Amino acid sequence: MGEPVSQQTREIYWRENRRLMLILGFFWFVVSLGCGVLWVEPLNHIQMGGFKLGFWFAQQGAIYSFILLTFIYALAMARLEKRLGLEEPDE
Amino acid sequence: MSLTETTYWVVGASFALYVVIAIRSRASTTQEFYVAGKGIHPIANGMATAADWMSAASFISMAGLIGLSYNGYGGSVFLMGWTGGYVLLAMLIAPYLRKYGKFTVPEFIGDRYYSNTARIVAVLCLIICSVTYVIGQMKGIGVAFSRFLETDYETGLLSGMVIVFFYAVLGGMKGITYTQIAQFCVLIFAYTVPAIFISLQLTGQPIPQLGLGGTLADGSYLLHKLDHILLDLGFQEYTTALRGSTLNMAAFTASLMIGTAGLPHVIIRFFTVPTVRAARTSAGWALLFIAILYTTAPAVAAMARLNIIQILEPETGQALLIEERPAWFKNWERTGLLEVEDKNGDGRIQYHADPNRNELVKLDNDILVLANPEIANLPNWVIALVAAGGLAAALSTAAGLLLAISSAISHDLLKRTLMPQITERQELMASRLAMSLAVLGAGYLGLNPPGFAAGTVALAFGLAAASLFPALFLGIFSQRVTREGAILGMLSGISVTLMYVFQHKGIMFIPGTSFLGDLSPNWFFGIEPNAFGVVGAMVNFAVTLTVTRFTPAPPDEVRRLVERVRVPVS
Repeated sequence: MGEPVSQQTREIYWRENRRLMLILGFFWFVVSLGCGVLWVEPLNHIQMGGFKLGFWFAQQGAIYSFILLTFIYALAMARLEKRLGLEEPDE
Repeated sequence: MSLTETTYWVVGASFALYVVIAIRSRASTTQEFYVAGKGIHPIANGMATAADWMSAASFISMAGLIGLSYNGYGGSVFLMGWTGGYVLLAMLIAPYLRKYGKFTVPEFIGDRYYSNTARIVAVLCLIICSVTYVIGQMKGIGVAFSRFLETDYETGLLSGMVIVFFYAVLGGMKGITYTQIAQFCVLIFAYTVPAIFISLQLTGQPIPQLGLGGTLADGSYLLHKLDHILLDLGFQEYTTALRGSTLNMAAFTASLMIGTAGLPHVIIRFFTVPTVRAARTSAGWALLFIAILYTTAPAVAAMARLNIIQILEPETGQALLIEERPAWFKNWERTGLLEVEDKNGDGRIQYHADPNRNELVKLDNDILVLANPEIANLPNWVIALVAAGGLAAALSTAAGLLLAISSAISHDLLKRTLMPQITERQELMASRLAMSLAVLGAGYLGLNPPGFAAGTVALAFGLAAASLFPALFLGIFSQRVTREGAILGMLSGISVTLMYVFQHKGIMFIPGTSFLGDLSPNWFFGIEPNAFGVVGAMVNFAVTLTVTRFTPAPPDEVRRLVERVRVPVS
């Protein structure tokens, strides 16, 4: 299928992919297990409207952040593929 | 029209829709049967994945789990766990397995670990996870029928089986995909409409997610008020009540997240989209559609809990007279989900955390969602809609699970291992047969649920986390991991998790055989059995990596396979 991809392009692609995963994975941890569980107590001292902030992260904020992270990953990877000429043909 | 009649009409209409879709989307090739021809648009697959994902437990029980059993904050483990896994799935698993481009999860494990033994171990793990999960769905179908349509449990279950049989056997993944899209629309509408009304009534705010942080008629914050009332009644504060310990909550959340990314019936949904790029965006859409329910559920939980308490105590310090309890209350007492016992004989219902003083002796989790429309005085069609929504949630998840089970049998066990010479036509026949048997088997288990049927859904996640996720993740991210490592890793991960569950909950859940007792002092670092998947996953990783060090490297073609799945083209 298609032209062969050079070893160098493969390596750049995979390295960039892993870097992106590490960054997004860090935020994934911070908004859920971090703000929602480990640091929930200090955050609960901050009131945001009717919510304690820690509670809000655990029951709302983490989920919104997950959506954002997933779409950021999809968009960033599509851009990377375009840059490296690794786009798939649309079917 | 009476409520039961309305419900029959609404549920009947939704079933007719599923049947029409089934007839229009018959599968004629194995590619259509297993992966819907790989032509599903990412947004459509997002909806189908959302319906596949959100089970009877999410729809009927989750708000109650959060609001009642886990007393508020503790229930966050489900909210974060069952959504956060999609980030892992989108980054670590789905795109690469889509690139691999074949039909099932055990197929990837078998090819990557160059071993039919690995393939069969993966089939076993898949069946253990999926069967524990499907029993809950079958029960959900029976219960939803018997509560709303006033049939008995068996009739309800059989009707559900006939419907699933029809579209899953005829259409395979193709039929399942299109019905799941319809089911998503039904269930999300059914979930949000009552939530919007209850939020409006309590806080004047139509968006439940904002209403949860909104103010009540007396100007106080809803959550603040709920905290105070619960403290007065002897409960813990709603917004801070931990489930066990911080460590237990973290482990529980992590188990559900990792399990989500390792559940085969979810992973195979991403095989149906045309490209790797589409698999990644589709995960985002799926999460967005799931989040509509998952961010509404905590609002329903808090609001319905507050509503019930205020109904039971119409004036401060004055509990409700038993004779004055509303009609919906009596209706649900008949189903056994609510029960009152006037312990002090004053003719009033005292609700209290102390079991000696509490007179609302039964308050089932499911009440929060099921009785919500009646508590809020909503019209009959809304109540009927909740019934159709609960059934849609259970049917769509059951169908997805049954497809994962039957394709593992017909494709991995039969075509790839036992009878590689069969033709595609024969394999398609075999997959239909396997699907029929899976439906019958699930129906049998639904009719004769083994003792452990309650609460097994969370367990299925622990098992997937401990067995399949590490094998998939390492198979993609390492070229060095060997078949011996993966096989022993999967076996040890799933055994450790099962043993931990058995020693606390009974061997095969038979009461009296739990030699350590279901007591928190005996829990490993205070981690409850349902949260143990993350420990099982760590054991799996450790065993796999250690064994890999002492076994010869995989052959060259495996290295090339890994290189191929990592990059979207070539």
